[in-house]
Amino acid sequence: MTLLTSLARLEAAASGRARPLSQVRHRRLAGQPLVIIPLTLAGDPDTPVAAMTGTSRADQHLLAVPQPRDRDLRLGFLTGLAQIVLGYIASRQHATEVLPATRNHEERRRYADAPQILVPNRAARDYLGLLGRSTRFQRTDGPFPVDPAVPALGKWLTFFADSADQPGSALLADLTSLLAEHWASGQSPLEDASLAAQLAWIDPPPGMTGLQAALATEDPLRCPPAGPATDPGFDQAILEPLVRNYDRAAQAGSQAGTDRAAAEITSALRGQLEPTWNAVGDAMSLLRALPETAGAARRWATDRDSFTRFSSYIGDGGLPQPRRDHAATAAARLDRLERAQAAYDAERALEDPFILAELRTAGEAFAGEVVSAQPSRTTTTTAGRTILRPRFTVRTDDPVRIEPGRVLICPTRPGQRIRIADLPRTGTDAEVVLEVIQGMGTPAKPKPGAVPPLGELVSYTIDPGYWAQRDFPPVDQTPWTHGGPPVRQRADQAEEPQS
Amino acid sequence: MTSADSRLDRLRGSTPPLSHTARTVAALTANPGCARRALMDAAGADKAVIAAHVGFPQASGASQSPFALARGAIFETQVKTGGGADLIRLLRDRLRLALPEVSYSDLESVGGNTDRDVRYQRTRALLLRAARHPDQAGTLYDHPLLKLQVGGHLAYLEPDVVAFQIGGKFHVIEIKSFAVIDGQADEESVAAAAMQAAAYILALQDLLTAESLPTGAVSTDAILVTPENFSRQATATFIDVRKQVSTLRRQLARMTRIDLLLDALPAGLTFDLAPEPDGNPSRSPGDLAGALEAVPARYQPRCLQTCELAGFCRDEARAAGALTVLGSVVRDDLGGLDSISTALALASGSREPSADQADIARALRHARNLSNTLSGGAA
Amino acid sequence: MTAGCRYDPASETDQVIAAVLAGMSKPGQRGIIVDSPPGAGKTTLVVRAATELAASGESCIIVAQTNNQVDDLTTRLARQDQGLHLGRLSATDYIPPAGLLALPAVTVATRIDDLGSAHVILATAAKWATVKDRSWGWAIIDEAYQMRSDMLLLIAARFDRALLVGDPGQLDPFSIIETPRWIGLPYDPMQNAVTVLQAHNPDLPVHRLPVSWRLPASAAPVVSSAFYPFSGFRPATTPGDRHLEFAAAGIRSSADAALDVAARSGWALHELPARHTTRTDGEAADAAASLAARLLTRRAVGTCERHPAGRPLGPQNIAIGVAHRDQADQIRQALANSPAPTAEMIRVDTANRLQGAEFDVTIVLHPLSGRSDATAFHLEAGRLCVLASRHRHACIIVARAGIADILDAHPSDEPIHLGVRAKFPDGWEANHALLAHLSNHRIPAP
Repeated sequence: MTLLTSLARLEAAASGRARPLSQVRHRRLAGQPLVIIPLTLAGDPDTPVAAMTGTSRADQHLLAVPQPRDRDLRLGFLTGLAQIVLGYIASRQHATEVLPATRNHEERRRYADAPQILVPNRAARDYLGLLGRSTRFQRTDGPFPVDPAVPALGKWLTFFADSADQPGSALLADLTSLLAEHWASGQSPLEDASLAAQLAWIDPPPGMTGLQAALATEDPLRCPPAGPATDPGFDQAILEPLVRNYDRAAQAGSQAGTDRAAAEITSALRGQLEPTWNAVGDAMSLLRALPETAGAARRWATDRDSFTRFSSYIGDGGLPQPRRDHAATAAARLDRLERAQAAYDAERALEDPFILAELRTAGEAFAGEVVSAQPSRTTTTTAGRTILRPRFTVRTDDPVRIEPGRVLICPTRPGQRIRIADLPRTGTDAEVVLEVIQGMGTPAKPKPGAVPPLGELVSYTIDPGYWAQRDFPPVDQTPWTHGGPPVRQRADQAEEPQS
Repeated sequence: MTSADSRLDRLRGSTPPLSHTARTVAALTANPGCARRALMDAAGADKAVIAAHVGFPQASGASQSPFALARGAIFETQVKTGGGADLIRLLRDRLRLALPEVSYSDLESVGGNTDRDVRYQRTRALLLRAARHPDQAGTLYDHPLLKLQVGGHLAYLEPDVVAFQIGGKFHVIEIKSFAVIDGQADEESVAAAAMQAAAYILALQDLLTAESLPTGAVSTDAILVTPENFSRQATATFIDVRKQVSTLRRQLARMTRIDLLLDALPAGLTFDLAPEPDGNPSRSPGDLAGALEAVPARYQPRCLQTCELAGFCRDEARAAGALTVLGSVVRDDLGGLDSISTALALASGSREPSADQADIARALRHARNLSNTLSGGAA
Repeated sequence: MTAGCRYDPASETDQVIAAVLAGMSKPGQRGIIVDSPPGAGKTTLVVRAATELAASGESCIIVAQTNNQVDDLTTRLARQDQGLHLGRLSATDYIPPAGLLALPAVTVATRIDDLGSAHVILATAAKWATVKDRSWGWAIIDEAYQMRSDMLLLIAARFDRALLVGDPGQLDPFSIIETPRWIGLPYDPMQNAVTVLQAHNPDLPVHRLPVSWRLPASAAPVVSSAFYPFSGFRPATTPGDRHLEFAAAGIRSSADAALDVAARSGWALHELPARHTTRTDGEAADAAASLAARLLTRRAVGTCERHPAGRPLGPQNIAIGVAHRDQADQIRQALANSPAPTAEMIRVDTANRLQGAEFDVTIVLHPLSGRSDATAFHLEAGRLCVLASRHRHACIIVARAGIADILDAHPSDEPIHLGVRAKFPDGWEANHALLAHLSNHRIPAP
């Protein structure tokens, strides 16, 4: 149930302008992210045709492939992109911080900063993953050698793409997804996949409604698509003839001819990419204006850990990530993802009033006034010990749909766990009887403030519980149930490249 | 010709019906609940031309990129070179198919004659002979031509290749240019290929049924030939299309119940553009739009990806303030309401809910209160 | 069984069990799979296999998916063989039910070392995943089709050989994560354990329990053909073996008419007027609660092979099944407001939580009721199968009219993935088949 978001969409449709959703950002927006806007030929992931990159509005760089079928030109493009990306990553590897030793860890260093790649939309994010796959196995020796920067790029892009799957990670993010967390347009989520359309709803030009502005973005002549697929009309009317010019000049052996054709192609591609570049800048400004949560900073630290580890791995000559996960690595990854998602959902509910409110509409959280309390209530355990189990009652008119017995947490009292002891209802009201089961102290030393005072407005949501990390066996001990240890594959096995 | 067929012809108007391809047949399953689409597809009306004439030309999607077309053609040619020798090798190596001896039969033209009916008759003759003599050597049939009853018309369908004699069965082989990378491919591309394969399989089954031959001779495992990873080398994969075959059969059977939809139409309704001798339509766009509006549609945002008329239907739905333009999540959350203004009025309390609406109205008012508190609290 | 039964369900079941036990007693296959349709005697098989293993001196553990399942197996095992010392391994926050603690030969502990002298140790898969460095000759894994394959990976080192028992027609395990990353891989961690095991060990023997002891003769053929299209099963009883009657006559209401039809034929479709509603459809919730409460108020009596003299139904013999937790919550509230005093003790739960449970009569809120279209979730055959196969006497489905239209208009455009066989039964087909059957037992409610 996402009733608040749905209501916001209704209001946006009626008012002609996007409506705000969450007002806090759960993901770090780096000071200088690297924006990458890729274009591929007719959506074919094997044939990149251009990429616009940069770390600020002023620092814009365009790489183009005048004849996308030419292997050397394509390689030149990949090498150029690799230099940009690797250079950017290196720039984040200057400062480090020291983490003091804890009970479980010895003292270690980690990077004080981390790279962040921003792309316009989800398809561009997926494309970077594909690009990582297509380049990380390329050989620097043999019959078709490539510059070592290219497989290095591949490993890094794969690292970013894998990180992007991790809930809450900010190393690689797409702007349409980020914007959709904070604004509801008056159109469908399918149409929101267009960055230009979303921005049209959020900030239409003067004199136009959000709808009018968004409809205007559907005309590829006025608003070239953000990619990675090029607009078929552009391909047909402009790009294909220009590429044919290039081929003719190349066949005729005319350097001047190919240079001229290449310049025209680059210029045409710039025309397709620049509006998206500007849109990306606009989206980033909108997002920067929102305050960041504490959780975002915590997760950025996790991202920096991950970046530090992978940097070491690469520095030690790490092999390219395998094509497919093995059984044990797949299971371990799923476990990590599930734990991260549960933690992310719970943290956001505690740090974001909008998300908590949305849970309240679905009955998965509730808020109300404390109407009675028994702060000194005790019970006796089966072992005969007397423990403190304070109770208090909260009256709410939220449609609570949590069963008695479930454990809850409170945004203003972290470290506390509360259980629903009883849930009697009268009409649309409920008087939830809550019992504190953690964070209340002992009968001898009760914790002050464990029970909220009468009249206070409190809110609670479901505790996700503690998901202990699971220990999966190492790959070489994969059990017979899953096919036994995998046959050793040449990890650096390259493939016959497209010639 | 049935009375439904003649009514459909009148509905379509003076232009000949659109030729169906496997792609368009597969697209018939995209929105079965939409009467407007069902009628237009059954009548063979050209939705793209009609959409353009009423002011909602489909943006670009209709014209595929020349690069994509070229890529597809190059790959298909590459796969079929040498009389299918490479293809046969592929089937043997990748799919472990025992093909001791395979001959190749090109049905693109029959002794220089490319007439569709001639090609169809020749295809039919060869396939039936193979079906009746399964112990003979296997054959790859290139550019075979099949027929399938779609609504009131017979569609000619042309699979890439049909192979026979792999375990005594006909296998449909589809050559597509999207890549299979590490054993995975884009799920929507595969689904589209599967549905197209299902269309060919149905056509083959019907061919056999008409001669009282068992349809079990047509395998429901289609063979998908695609580039592998990032090279131009081809790989082959089986795809199990049993579900697609039964879905398509069901949808085609549904089309024969088109009478019910036709009965609901106002008399004399037609989508005819009434072209002049020079080809320009004489029907006014407004008039044509009125005709479209006389047939109920079932717009949902997905239509933008599957139907040429989507722009028109979306505009119509927006003008009516329909909730469905906001997508399925909103529609599910507000189940029972279908108008944006009704929902907002219930949320603000400016409208009294009917008995049916009491539950959702309460939920909306509650949500509105929470929303007001949130925005009130903001600085 | 009884005269009129053309086959002997007990002997057919025994033959399969004997074959399974014989397979376990000789060396060779590392795993044995037993497909068990609803109520086919899975627990009986597990208990017999465990006692046989213990009797032959083999060390064995039992793996189940939930605490309820573990407790149930422990109790059944203790009853079957009082000489067996059982160890119930549990998590620290687990509170054993009183009945379990009362069993003399059962030790409950949180550490494996404290259960050293047990012949058979039982625990949830999640708890077994925390045990290291010990292994046993055999593991019996219950509800194996509902266990995710990553869990199997975690516990595989605990045993040399395994007997996996489960119901392939019920709900698949799921994850809160959606990713295509592993689809098509033979060891997809989101797949169920049996499918992954078979992908790597295709020669493992698969047995099928042939008879449902739970489903009445009115239900077994319907459930079998809709949800088990390739395997199938038969009822243990004949139509005359079970009766449902009401001590109090009905009033002229559609609810009572539905109850009468259900008592007579084993099924009823209590059909509300067509409408699109939110998930928490108040009218449907009230209807489901009323039907359940009326069973109590009219003093339903069930006569069967277990209770030949008839047994009045109490609230513990009735359950209401739904697709979503908030629907369960809404119906519980409706029951609390019911005039029938014990109605609020009737269990209301989602299909997920009802798996493995059995009742005399069930009321089911159809997953597609009130919807404007179908989704993969709501069409899922496993969900409907669980909901429609919990009953021993009758099942009453509450649904708004219009489901046939939803099915008719469904695009059936689910994505296809390479390397994955099409899954049967198809959700659309199963829904269609069940609805076709129910249309013969339809009571419209105004």
